[in-house]
Amino acid sequence: MTAFLRILRAELRDVLRSRWLPGYAVLFLVLTDLLFRFGGSGDRVLLSLLNVVLLLVPLVSIVVGTMHLYQSREFVELLLSQPVGRRALFGALWLGLTVPMALAFVAGVGLPFLWHGTGGAGGTLVTLLLVGAALTAVFTALAYLLAVSFQDRAAGLGAAILVWLLLAVVYDGMILVGTAIFANYPIETPVLAAVVLNPIDLGRVLLLLKVDIAALMGYTGAVFERFFGSSRGLVISSLALALWVALPAWLGMRRFVRKDL
Amino acid sequence: MTAVIEAVGLEKRFGRLPVLQGLDLSISAGGITALVGPNAAGKSTFIKAVLGLVRPDRGQLSVLGQRPEAGESYRERVGYMPQAARFPENLTGHEVIRLLSGLRGHPADQDLELVKTFGLVPELAKPVRTLSGGTRQKLNAVVAFLFRPALVILDEPTAGLDPVSSAQLKDKVLAAPGQGTTVLLTSHLMGEVEELADRVAFLLEGRVRFHDTVAALREQTGEHKLERAVARLMVRAA
Repeated sequence: MTAFLRILRAELRDVLRSRWLPGYAVLFLVLTDLLFRFGGSGDRVLLSLLNVVLLLVPLVSIVVGTMHLYQSREFVELLLSQPVGRRALFGALWLGLTVPMALAFVAGVGLPFLWHGTGGAGGTLVTLLLVGAALTAVFTALAYLLAVSFQDRAAGLGAAILVWLLLAVVYDGMILVGTAIFANYPIETPVLAAVVLNPIDLGRVLLLLKVDIAALMGYTGAVFERFFGSSRGLVISSLALALWVALPAWLGMRRFVRKDL
Repeated sequence: MTAVIEAVGLEKRFGRLPVLQGLDLSISAGGITALVGPNAAGKSTFIKAVLGLVRPDRGQLSVLGQRPEAGESYRERVGYMPQAARFPENLTGHEVIRLLSGLRGHPADQDLELVKTFGLVPELAKPVRTLSGGTRQKLNAVVAFLFRPALVILDEPTAGLDPVSSAQLKDKVLAAPGQGTTVLLTSHLMGEVEELADRVAFLLEGRVRFHDTVAALREQTGEHKLERAVARLMVRAA
């Protein structure tokens, strides 16, 4: 077994035995179950879940990810005093956190659909689970990039919350202001570019294209659907989301390899 | 005798802060060398450079015949006991040991002597999160000696240990050169240095100001107590 797999196994064990991880899963489980009990059918529950997932998954992922890497600092030093390469270590530490978090989310949201039934919205459910898992990976990767970049724990955590605030809240507000100001101009292309540059918007668009109620969910979704049509839009936004996982992970690893610890 | 660590003109800055400023130090195989000096003299940075955790800006460094930046294989023969050990909270001591052992390809000949002398066997089955600070430090010491390293680096090894365990660890350190392990340690306790080390390297402002046997240090400074001898070195260097 390679060093990567050994560290990954230990990291998975550590995270899977933690107390916060079941709590995170139960949070989604209770929320989804309650939405069902308040009289929702499958697709309505999914719509209600959508906005919670788009806010909560990034927030928890970036905060937990940043804290996790800072807490592992001494263990990282100990592991690097073994015959272990830095790339293998970084990859194992990242996947070791991301995979259990994504699984906890999938289990928490998915399980209530098992006993309440999907009500014909199975495809949308799968899309929501995939988007949630992808956003988990995006924001743990961003978290690790920040934790590697800031030596100071408080600064790193502050930056993490700022990044979340920017991408989850401020960004959409700015797009809205922008479209209002330039309402008389052809602004489809800039709006499209703006969507691709934000992983949370990408996740939203992916789901809207699936649910086919793009117009309900704001300007960006509407433009996206009209521009690409459903299937092409799905492919393009999925690729962009994958890029959003790969880029911060790669940058974080690059920094980690060169860093003085 | 071959040099286990050979440093020539090491320089390192963190931002604008110079930490190592032309550090020369050669440590030959088989002894116990104590790295002493005031806070911020560069002791930790030097140790991290030896472990490959910090990359010097300038100068040459060779550890067990290999440059640290050339690859991690030399660390198969290095043991390290950091000042404060933190292991993943939810793993047991056994799992930590198995992980580290696996990373070195499960060498058959492992040194579990310290597990016995510390009476750690029942503790190893518990999650690290439930262990006291002292017990973690013992686990830390076990790990440093586990693979019979050619070079073991101990950063304030007895900090946080009770007197009995501290004495047990010191016995282990004293026996190490006889088993083919060269020891490099740091300590703020001059009594400890006196008890353990046969050579002293005195660091100040990122440079080695004195490196010789403990006897030579006493002779040069005219002080019998090591504490006073080191204090004299500091005054002289200032």
